[in-house]
Amino acid sequence: MAKKTISMRKNSQGDSAAVLEEELQKVEPTEEYSVSDDASDNLDFFENDSSFEDDEFSENVDETEKSDVSADDKSQKEAEKKSAAKESVAGQLGAAMKRGVIIENPVLRLVLGTCPTLATTTAASNAIGMGIAATLVLICSNTVISLLRHVIPDKVRIPAYITVIASFVSIVQMLVKAFAPALDESLGIYLPLIVVNCIILGRAEMYASKHAPALSALDGLAMGVGFTTALLCMGTIREVLGAGSLFGAKLPILSGQPILFFSLAPGGFFVFGLLIAAANKLSKKNNLPVRNGCGDCPAAATCSLSGKGGCRS
Amino acid sequence: MNTLRMVVTIILAGILTNNYVLSKFLGICPFLGVSKKLNTAMGMSAAVIFVMVLSTAVTYPIQRFVLETLGLEYLQTIVFILIIAALVQLVEIVLKKYIPALHASLGVYLPLITTNCAVLGCAILVTEDFGSASYGFGEGYLYALSCAFGSGVGFLVAMAIFAGVRRRMEFCDIPETLKGLPITLIAAALVAMSFLGFSGVVHM
Repeated sequence: MAKKTISMRKNSQGDSAAVLEEELQKVEPTEEYSVSDDASDNLDFFENDSSFEDDEFSENVDETEKSDVSADDKSQKEAEKKSAAKESVAGQLGAAMKRGVIIENPVLRLVLGTCPTLATTTAASNAIGMGIAATLVLICSNTVISLLRHVIPDKVRIPAYITVIASFVSIVQMLVKAFAPALDESLGIYLPLIVVNCIILGRAEMYASKHAPALSALDGLAMGVGFTTALLCMGTIREVLGAGSLFGAKLPILSGQPILFFSLAPGGFFVFGLLIAAANKLSKKNNLPVRNGCGDCPAAATCSLSGKGGCRS
Repeated sequence: MNTLRMVVTIILAGILTNNYVLSKFLGICPFLGVSKKLNTAMGMSAAVIFVMVLSTAVTYPIQRFVLETLGLEYLQTIVFILIIAALVQLVEIVLKKYIPALHASLGVYLPLITTNCAVLGCAILVTEDFGSASYGFGEGYLYALSCAFGSGVGFLVAMAIFAGVRRRMEFCDIPETLKGLPITLIAAALVAMSFLGFSGVVHM
């Protein structure tokens, strides 16, 4: 229990996650717990939602928890439970955030949603706009798909997911058109293309279809923040070097002779490649990002390559 | 004659200056994922050309005659993606039944194409570029189809070149950190830079 609370506190630091590099540096020193800690993270996860979750496994977890704790002192247990209940929301949020932003960052670790990452990061403000739009769609679609997970037949689940996602994308599109026309202008075609963003369909298939609505919404938020963070990172680098400005404000020396290469298409590929290399280096796993074969590909269910190790192997 | 010239210009622009992969970042996932071998790259590109032309052929009239007539333009995204998804399924079933040889070569790539942003992107872009604002239906339809074809061929060209680049890269001594995806992206940056040289060649 003591170990768990420590891990929760560590995780809750992820709350204030803003800059990816900082976060990635944090991963390094805590490497020894990141392997063994994943399991306990998940346990925290299941434990805390037993209050609002109706799945079968919540019972199992309750049982294991009882047997775990039965050796402990009763009063100590109650006190810890109270503190755990207080910390549970923050801890869960922290754990999910850490997973979404660092361990399974959708852009830098899973390498999903590459098209918007490359196309909308010519300026930091565009990157944030794209990130927020995608996050909104992710949260809403994850929640709705999770609510419908017992209703949707398994065979037609992909078209059903696409319909749900497309509806929310249309809503977000209309909202952006109404309230941020400048953003609509600069995102252009990439706003409706959120529909085919692999992150959203991937999370629906991987997470929302198997978990309770609140957890799925949290996962959507975490993944969205991870996506936004990566986009902001790339957008900042490309805008500072390519246009010599940051959020539209001119920087003193750089704006004199901006390196146009970074604003153009090749610069996008280049910066993205270097960022992935940096993420690989920092996480000390020099091989390919965490990709479990076809596990996170939305088309895996219908793809004939999925049995043969997938198209990327 | 003018129409023919326009068609040729649109196709050339799709291949060289407005290349979907290298200058508009559409269809990056297959570009990075399936470009390791030349024949799989060609198979994927052929399937993309096929689906792109076919989906544009269906979505363009629907945009003109259904969505715009009824004032439902805001439903474009949801309608288009459903049409493309249904169309891909239908094409797969038809090919399996009637042209098994073609299905054997294209079939594996078809499901992957449903979530390919190049196809949806093309369907949406042609309704903007060749829409009812500036063209009549016949003319606009012809230009939209040639744009879809040109963009598909542009995808094929980018895939073919990149497959060649990646093949040579396999024999290179690459730093440990850059192995895998990072070096692939940097190579893609160099290929994209070479395509920048075409900018200004074709004027629309």
